[in-house]
Amino acid sequence: MNFDLSEEQEMLQETVRNFLENECPATTLREIFDGDTGFSESLWKGMAEMGLAGLHLPEEHGGAGLEILDLAIVSEVLGYMGTPGPFVGHALAGLAIATGGSDAQKKKWLAALATGDAIGTVALAEEGGAWLPDQWSLEGGSLTGSKNHVLFAEQADVIVVGVAGGGLALVEKDASGIEIKDIDSADRTRRLCQVSFADTPSEALPEGEAAGTQLRDVALVLLAADAFGGASRLIEMSVEYAKTREQFGVTIGHFQALKHQLANMAVEVEPARGLYWYAAHAMDHVHDESERTAAVAKAHITDRYMQVARDAVEAHGGIGFTWECDVQIWFKRAMFDRAWMGTPALHRERAAVMAGW
Amino acid sequence: MDLSYGEELEGYRDEVAKFLGENWPLQGEEAALGWVEQATVFRERAIAAGYLCRNIPKSYGGSEQEPNVLKAQIIREEFGKLQAPTEPRGIGTMMLVPTLLERGEEWQKQKFVPPTIKGEMAWCQGYSEPGSGSDLASLKTRGELVGDEWVINGQKIWTSGAKTADYMFCLTRTEPEQSKHAGISYLLIDMKQPGIDVRPLRQMTGGADFCEVFFDDVRTPKDWIVGQRGEGWLVSRTTLKHERNSIGSTQQTRALFAGLVALAKQSKIDGKPAIEDPGIRQRLAAVEGYVTAHHHSGYRTLTKDAKGESPGNITMMNKLISTNIGHDIARLAMDLIGDNGLLGPGARSMAGMMGGTEGWISQYMYSLGIAVAGGTANIQRNVIGERALGLPRDAAAERSSGK
Repeated sequence: MNFDLSEEQEMLQETVRNFLENECPATTLREIFDGDTGFSESLWKGMAEMGLAGLHLPEEHGGAGLEILDLAIVSEVLGYMGTPGPFVGHALAGLAIATGGSDAQKKKWLAALATGDAIGTVALAEEGGAWLPDQWSLEGGSLTGSKNHVLFAEQADVIVVGVAGGGLALVEKDASGIEIKDIDSADRTRRLCQVSFADTPSEALPEGEAAGTQLRDVALVLLAADAFGGASRLIEMSVEYAKTREQFGVTIGHFQALKHQLANMAVEVEPARGLYWYAAHAMDHVHDESERTAAVAKAHITDRYMQVARDAVEAHGGIGFTWECDVQIWFKRAMFDRAWMGTPALHRERAAVMAGW
Repeated sequence: MDLSYGEELEGYRDEVAKFLGENWPLQGEEAALGWVEQATVFRERAIAAGYLCRNIPKSYGGSEQEPNVLKAQIIREEFGKLQAPTEPRGIGTMMLVPTLLERGEEWQKQKFVPPTIKGEMAWCQGYSEPGSGSDLASLKTRGELVGDEWVINGQKIWTSGAKTADYMFCLTRTEPEQSKHAGISYLLIDMKQPGIDVRPLRQMTGGADFCEVFFDDVRTPKDWIVGQRGEGWLVSRTTLKHERNSIGSTQQTRALFAGLVALAKQSKIDGKPAIEDPGIRQRLAAVEGYVTAHHHSGYRTLTKDAKGESPGNITMMNKLISTNIGHDIARLAMDLIGDNGLLGPGARSMAGMMGGTEGWISQYMYSLGIAVAGGTANIQRNVIGERALGLPRDAAAERSSGK
């Protein structure tokens, strides 16, 4: 019985965190957040050199061959640090090709994705919040239609597109008829685009349906992990503020109203660590529980994150409401984690159906 | 991460199961004994086999095993499956025995520990007073040394089991000239003597699980004190390194949630099963998020304990977490039982909590009792804020403790 991270996993988290503290400190994060693209070439290259771009991809294709749990604990650190960039979409695109692709497709893409020389993303959502494989209606083959909320489509070399029937298809960056439109994204660390296709050639993944459901569940796990990291960070920021800000001659952390609010935030978040761990572990080891646990984890933890973010703004008072205060960066990441791949309500209803309720 | 117990521990599980197969339920003449006698007979065998009272030395009637939280967990699981008796429940085994083992005199351990762990000696805890709840150290019950005896006067409240207890361990102000924490001693008192008046307190549920205890020149021998004079506050905070049951409360919570789902299936909204109502489904799934998180969190704590590492701040949060889940479950249950929420809690004890409408009404009220007992939710928030998050202490509490 060992429901805990291994020493190697703890070291992985520490290494990633140290790297980000050096390479993407608050000032750099702020520049990227306020910048035009939300993307930093040098930060991405650095993350890729650490092996983060291909952490979960097979070793024969240049990846590190690690498990979903390893990917998730990195996602927690990125959430904690508020790291900008295409990590989530890239990880999911690589996973889809590794699981559902033909030998030729794997050969063509995985090595480049594993080194980060090529960037991948996923195009899933359609109008009306149709995020899930059984909701996709874009017909495969020659694509005509559009996908919403595609992460960093501008930077992507390959897009994994969800198609009618729950399968997946590959579209290359310079394919004909493709049009990318930036969306004014709330979360400026994870920029979104609308991608339109007009008779755009695509290449189906032979095992696309299996890859599609796996992609959905892993996406939910990564968002849950990111949310846990981000929520933990907001609590730390709020506690720190309560220990330094003075009013009525004492630090405001003396006041029980605030102390209790901060305690409530901690109590909402701290127990959720094991929930995302288990959901990630289940992806590789407890297959009959993985789909439902991923749904519960995403719904629960992203909801906690959003509430903690609201509380954090309140705990910071007036400054918390400003663009200048870093709380807003995590607040908007909470908005992303909560809504991307579907709201908590959607996944709670799925969990209810899966329980036979 | 490996969620199996591994070969060695699974072998241990087989041993436990084999022991239970041979020893529980009791057979022949023994099966005709009353439940209390059966439990006593069985416990002796389970202690001899090393499965109960594992952290208590053999010289005091325990089985003196190497601490091993995973073995302890396996024992609980296997005993639980057959509903075999475990250590007697109650404040005596939970609080007094660990305290005596750590701080008691040799004669105290010999006299009190063996009968307590056998279930033959019942205890109650004399801590809270009418004027001393969250601020427990302000307690006023006086103990005065007169010759070879302490003479005790005052009043305790919220005393569970005072009616049936043989003895009380009691925080008593013996050094009135000292500062508040330093003036308290930890005395043991015979409950069956003149001068003690026990009055049951009727709860909002209608039941009476605890009492008020009045002391009028109650006497106890001079050496029935644990620790030195004035050390009572420290003694009362003794915790022994033991095999913490880190998933006991999460299993109770899961059982309660399973009961809630069953209730949602039985109940009707507009003539249809309530579980088909979209709002009810959302709320059930939302509560399940908390229940499941708490469950996995318990396994993480179990792992940390097994490795001898600190589980961190979570141990300070568990009471508030399970209180919050209890509130959520109770509120949802009341919405499910609808008009029956106009009825009184027919079931007047924790027993039967899971069944029927009365049980849920009782649970609706008991969930508040749990929120208050052993430190209110707001006190828990203070503890989490100050000890887990490192926020400054409350100014009034700081002044009053003289620190």
